[in-house]
Amino acid sequence: MTKKSKDGQTIEFKGIDDLPPMPVSLGSMRANKTASWRSIRPVILEEKCKRCMLCWKFCPEPAISATDPPVVDYDYCKGCGICIVECPFDAIVSEPEGR
Amino acid sequence: MKKVLTGNFAAAYGAVAARVNVIAAYPITPQTTVVEILSEIVANGGLAADFVKVESEHSALAACIGAQAAGARTFTATSAQGLALMHEMIHWTARARLPVVMANINRAMAPGWSIWADATDAVSQRDTGWMQMYCENNQEVFDTILMAYKIGENQNVLLPTLVNLDAFFLSHTSQVVDLYDAPTIDAFLPAYRPTLKLDVDHPHAFGALTSPDYYYEFSYKIHFAHEKAKQVIRETGKEFGKRFGREYDLIEAYRCDDAETVLINYGTIAGTAKEAVDRMRERGMPVGSLKIRYLRPFPAEEVRSVLRKARRAGVIDRAISFGHEGPFFSEVKAAMYPSEVPLYGFIAGLGGRDVSTRDIESMAEHMQKNNPDNRIWVGVKL
Repeated sequence: MTKKSKDGQTIEFKGIDDLPPMPVSLGSMRANKTASWRSIRPVILEEKCKRCMLCWKFCPEPAISATDPPVVDYDYCKGCGICIVECPFDAIVSEPEGR
Repeated sequence: MKKVLTGNFAAAYGAVAARVNVIAAYPITPQTTVVEILSEIVANGGLAADFVKVESEHSALAACIGAQAAGARTFTATSAQGLALMHEMIHWTARARLPVVMANINRAMAPGWSIWADATDAVSQRDTGWMQMYCENNQEVFDTILMAYKIGENQNVLLPTLVNLDAFFLSHTSQVVDLYDAPTIDAFLPAYRPTLKLDVDHPHAFGALTSPDYYYEFSYKIHFAHEKAKQVIRETGKEFGKRFGREYDLIEAYRCDDAETVLINYGTIAGTAKEAVDRMRERGMPVGSLKIRYLRPFPAEEVRSVLRKARRAGVIDRAISFGHEGPFFSEVKAAMYPSEVPLYGFIAGLGGRDVSTRDIESMAEHMQKNNPDNRIWVGVKL
């Protein structure tokens, strides 16, 4: 039957029998990672960043933290690129995902 | 206890005997009296269930989905356009692996507006992941609803079932139905106890976003559940036979052992076909009838094994896949590949037109004289 990860939040999926019968999360939705289809990755250049937090404000997910410096959460960032466009200091650059 | 019941009563009494917890239904045409009967029974205290009156068939099945996900055994009934309106939720029920049971009174799709028998409504829901079975008589309606819960709720299956009965030929025709006794039924069908359900003490998120990393595997599991269901259907049919005296399988072969010509059918045509087979046998024609009970999971191996010795086989479809052929004929043909048994596809009885014993005898005679053909329109007025 279903095997849980160490934190008990996700399924350890090694074989077909490890999956529950229906799409059901074992805990809250926090455990569901939703970034597997990202094709570009925004990278914040710390030396250029002025901590204006516009990226944090514009991120629709929200996958950028209001911290010093701001950090992108790649478990949820979909690579939409809005932060790259909105950054007034060109401090966020786009890198292609290698996957 | 034996009673004289219409198919609608047999379906309603089946749900009562299964002690369903929630019934959700919408009462307008093409709905039948199945849900009217249930609403009366619930209102009079004959069944401890919640009867949810909703604003459409789509909502009826949606309500069943919610209740079943919360751990209730649920039931609904519909027909034709009503079934079509449920389509989105029909997919949802199966993919959420909720063993809902629904009685579908096979009625023709409009226009022309028709409330007469035609299986095209149900066949249109073939690829949704539901198990689908077709009843020959009212006893089979009652028995199948009990078995459908037991089969669907099996941990290796967890699939909903559409129990089909032909409009008027069963729904409004009275036949003797043995309702058995409640303790025997309860021993056969214990209360529903799902392992995963909506539960505030053990929270789960249901129907969540499923990425390409997992969706494929969930689909594989639904297919695999159908494969396992074949065995569960056989075992449950045998157990039913032991407890109640009537055994069921995925198919029912009648006088097929030495038959050169086999007439394949489903629904009420099966009863007429048996009568026609008896008449032809009296005249020395080696004919048999093969009733297919389940469209899904499709009993391909069983069909092959019955037809192994046949010299020809015809499929009688009370349904049509426009632009191609009869849907059950397609299934049988695919199951028989690459066998060289000549196959004939008959389209008959659409929109409730009678299919008589004489019609069925003429099909057998046609097969003996003519080359195979996938679209033989029986009695079409050209």
